[in-house]
Amino acid sequence: MNRINKKLQEEKKLLSIYFTAGYPNIDDTVSTIKNLEESGVDMIEIGLPFSDPLADGPTIQASSTKALQNGMTSELLFEQLKDIRSSVSIPLIIMGYFNPMLQFGVEAFCKKCQEVGIDGLIIPDLPVDVYNDDYRAIFEKHGLINVFLITPQTSDERINYIDSVSNGFIYMVSSASTTGAKAGFGDAQTSYFERIANMKLKNPQIVGFGISNNDTFTQATKYAKGAIIGSAFVKHVTEHGVNSIHKFVDSIL
Amino acid sequence: MSYNISEKGYYGEFGGAYIPEMLYPNVEELRQNYLKIMAEPSFQEEFHALLKDYVGRPTPLYFAKRLSEKYNTKIYLKREDLNHTGAHKINNTIGQILMAKRLGKNRIIAETGAGQHGVATATVCALMGIECIVYMGEIDIARQAPNVARMKMLGATVIPALSGSRTLKDATNEAIRDWINNPVDTHYIIGSVVGPHPYPDMVAKFQAVVSEEIKSQLLEKEGTENPDYLIACVGGGSNAAGTYYHYLDNEDVNIIAVEAAGLGVDSGESAATSVLGKEGIIHGSKTLLMQTNDGQITEPYSISAGLDYPGVGPMHANLYKTGRAEFIAITDKDAMTSGLELCKLEGIIPAIESSHALAVFEHKTFQPDDIVVLNLSGRGDKDLQNYIDYFKL
Ligand SMILES: Cc1ncc(COP(=O)(O)O)c(C=O)c1O
Repeated sequence: MNRINKKLQEEKKLLSIYFTAGYPNIDDTVSTIKNLEESGVDMIEIGLPFSDPLADGPTIQASSTKALQNGMTSELLFEQLKDIRSSVSIPLIIMGYFNPMLQFGVEAFCKKCQEVGIDGLIIPDLPVDVYNDDYRAIFEKHGLINVFLITPQTSDERINYIDSVSNGFIYMVSSASTTGAKAGFGDAQTSYFERIANMKLKNPQIVGFGISNNDTFTQATKYAKGAIIGSAFVKHVTEHGVNSIHKFVDSIL
Repeated sequence: MSYNISEKGYYGEFGGAYIPEMLYPNVEELRQNYLKIMAEPSFQEEFHALLKDYVGRPTPLYFAKRLSEKYNTKIYLKREDLNHTGAHKINNTIGQILMAKRLGKNRIIAETGAGQHGVATATVCALMGIECIVYMGEIDIARQAPNVARMKMLGATVIPALSGSRTLKDATNEAIRDWINNPVDTHYIIGSVVGPHPYPDMVAKFQAVVSEEIKSQLLEKEGTENPDYLIACVGGGSNAAGTYYHYLDNEDVNIIAVEAAGLGVDSGESAATSVLGKEGIIHGSKTLLMQTNDGQITEPYSISAGLDYPGVGPMHANLYKTGRAEFIAITDKDAMTSGLELCKLEGIIPAIESSHALAVFEHKTFQPDDIVVLNLSGRGDKDLQNYIDYFKL
């Protein structure tokens, strides 16, 4: 069974952390992953940096630009991850934009993912239909779970469609926005969380965008199976480095 | 074979809507409504009335006698430079502001490189009394001060794009991010035949007025609707799309697309996207774009700010791939020389973008009885400083 599916069966609420590969330093990728697992994080999204990250706010944009300046590439990321499964057992997901994967070759990319032990992918600009028609078979052949996003604006009909195509979890974007910490969640989020919870989808939901501390984590996981923190974590390592990761994780859990 | 858009939003293998889910409702709303709205008689009436009385259409199809003599062929210039605001860009912004109104939007965002599309957008927003926000790369803001001032005078807010390379592609990213953050009340007026479906098709349809006019004007002057050649410069490809639109599937008419070679196609400082680009995704569209082997989008270069976009519209990617259009890359130097030549021969100062199209006559020989129609997409006022610096005037 895929590590993501197994993790989703655990009774607890899940904390997933996003970080940008090759940031702050090119060699921080593996130590970041290890530190995150040791700190008690349940799942990791490894950000493959892209020059033009449309769905990201300033924090992740800046980390992506820096990571690319540091020399990060798809090939180097796979090289860095080649022994990761000798020491890390939690689910690992690559989050990146579609163009670098297209250039690598989608099949070759999926094959590499399987080889190094990646469990799933999040590709914000790969539409559900295109995935379903052109790439689903390749992903499944390599044991990869593809994760789709929904937002407060997504219609019930489309959510049901996305649920039918998904086989891991649904990434619930907390509000209409790019990535980045908001001040907190208001009534709009609560009613959105409730609406989705009441839909009784087959896939569990994990909330992302705007989760930055214990408060927002608790609010999000009241309704959902887990929550993902990205920008707030990237900001923390920018300021404190990868050795203080446990401090950040302790402040959330 | 049709070179037009398919039901699913593709030109051959190019196009589509490779967008994050956050943009899906906005783009889907537009996709479901744009053809319906454009077909409404009241829309057509308002669109054409504004093009006539506000923009100054139809623009002349001018027989350039001295230029024709020099190159020993029959050259007609489609005078888009005579439009209000000085370029073809306003055909699209008039169409899109009317679209935005019918969709009930009360806030407009746009991206701009040189500022031409930003000015054209600020203009129609002033005309309609709608809030206008224009994203412009920090570097371009510094390079294009007069257009920044124009936008401000027209009441627009100009927001510097500080991300990435701080030029047109990043301004486009920022506009898209704004749209993600404001999904309900905002319409994004994109400036060329680029971006996710239905933008390339919608913008092409608004620009199609150019070839519609060419057909009737040429019939009157030459007794035929069909020229032997159509020539247009290609940045994103909107003036070219408008020029080709009604001739796309008429293979008696040859199509020439002119890209900016910058310092030379192989110099590393170029914007010749079709030759240098590879298939990929940029701003939500599958097309040809300039990128590294790793799939990172690179910065193009051209002396012409309107042509240095790292991608090209999906219609043009398909015209290139199928061979329907001949693509010619023109260097800074050749474009500037041809621009100055038009000034001297015809008394017309062209935009540097359009000067690239004019330089084709130095690179390709036409027959004396060939009818060649060239889209003079804009006037050179905005480029005066460039011409001054280049020719030490
Ligand atoms: C006068 C003129 N021509 C051409 C272009 C290039 O755009 P497109 O290829 O969309 O026509 C521009 C863009 O700013 C322009 O100002």
